[in-house]
Amino acid sequence: MKGLLRDIYNNVLEFVRTFGAFQLFFLRIIRHSPRIVLRRPGLVIKQIHNTGALSLVIIMVCGFFVGGVLGLQGYSNLARFNAEDSVGTVVALALIKELGPVITALLFAGRAGTALSSEIGLMKATDQLSAMEMMAVNPVRRVLVPRFLGGVVAMPLLVAIFTCTGLFGAHVVAVDLLSVDVGAFWQQMQLSVDIKDIREGVLKSFVFGIVASLLAVWEGYNAIPTAEGVGRATTRTVVITAISVLILDFMITAVML
Amino acid sequence: MQQTRSVEIGTGLFVLLGMSALFFMTTQTTGGEKFSASETFEVEASFENVGSLKPRAPVSMSGVTIGRVTDVTFDPVALEARVTLIIDSQYDQIPDDSDASILTAGLLGSQYIGLQAGGSDTFLENGSEIYFTQSAIVLENLIGKFLVSSGSGGDE
Repeated sequence: MKGLLRDIYNNVLEFVRTFGAFQLFFLRIIRHSPRIVLRRPGLVIKQIHNTGALSLVIIMVCGFFVGGVLGLQGYSNLARFNAEDSVGTVVALALIKELGPVITALLFAGRAGTALSSEIGLMKATDQLSAMEMMAVNPVRRVLVPRFLGGVVAMPLLVAIFTCTGLFGAHVVAVDLLSVDVGAFWQQMQLSVDIKDIREGVLKSFVFGIVASLLAVWEGYNAIPTAEGVGRATTRTVVITAISVLILDFMITAVML
Repeated sequence: MQQTRSVEIGTGLFVLLGMSALFFMTTQTTGGEKFSASETFEVEASFENVGSLKPRAPVSMSGVTIGRVTDVTFDPVALEARVTLIIDSQYDQIPDDSDASILTAGLLGSQYIGLQAGGSDTFLENGSEIYFTQSAIVLENLIGKFLVSSGSGGDE
């Protein structure tokens, strides 16, 4: 009984410690950020390319089909009430406020987050990070910060691209295939989407960008330096990012309502 | 060198694409009832029932938005709803016996105020009141009236 209590106590303590270490890690990254942006912007640009530009294909294809399926579902359900003209509203609000940021964040974790954490984990396993320290190069500043900043910059842009391709997909399905009136589609959308909704979506995309990139970098940096450890770090990145993104999404929505 | 160049071009294209997507989102999906005028004047009107009229609802005349609702309150003395509207100052020749009615845009649309021009020689100005108003149509009342009239029709 005493042993069990002690185990629980130790586990709770360990969790709190990890959480605290994570916060300190975040502060450390933030502290090094301005210098990297000012002195070595090239490193950040390269990472924006890696995380953002190379994720374009998956983001655009998924965005198109998510928008398309929203258009299809929206149409078939709204048509029961003879309100198929509102399909533009439904699709736009769903994409801008919820699906755009959330699905992009999940795809980002799968496409860019795993790449980041396995790359950093492998650098650690092959002692590249230690080698940098030997050469008096701070690996946090040289390796982690540019990758984090690249993700933070890329995420809101990816969300915007996802949302727009989604609207395009919905337009193709609803207007071109199901012959909803094109004027009604856009006018209903413009009547009901407020700038407040867009602000909510953009806020979410910034928060998710910070969380997803930070978790990827953190998991990679703390990976056990073996083949198995790197693999586990990659898995953990996806799992933890998905959970935190969905929880944060709920909290932000509750606050913004 | 060639490598960095293509990376930079790719990144630039990506950022431009993202920016234009953001721009498209903010400008094209929002703001159907945008109304911004530098100078406006304020007019009041009393309604028996405003339905679900909300502040920021458009005020339109012949289908053109010329102003918006700024405030909806209840007058405890007259026992009526007081609606404050602002109208763009460039429309300073609206007859003061025009009537205001609360209409609904489409079947599921939001409510707005429609002005119908009167024939007076004096015009609405800051602080004037619209006397002729028509309340929002409330579905329950309409059904009630219909039931009453069809019931009395059966007796005859």
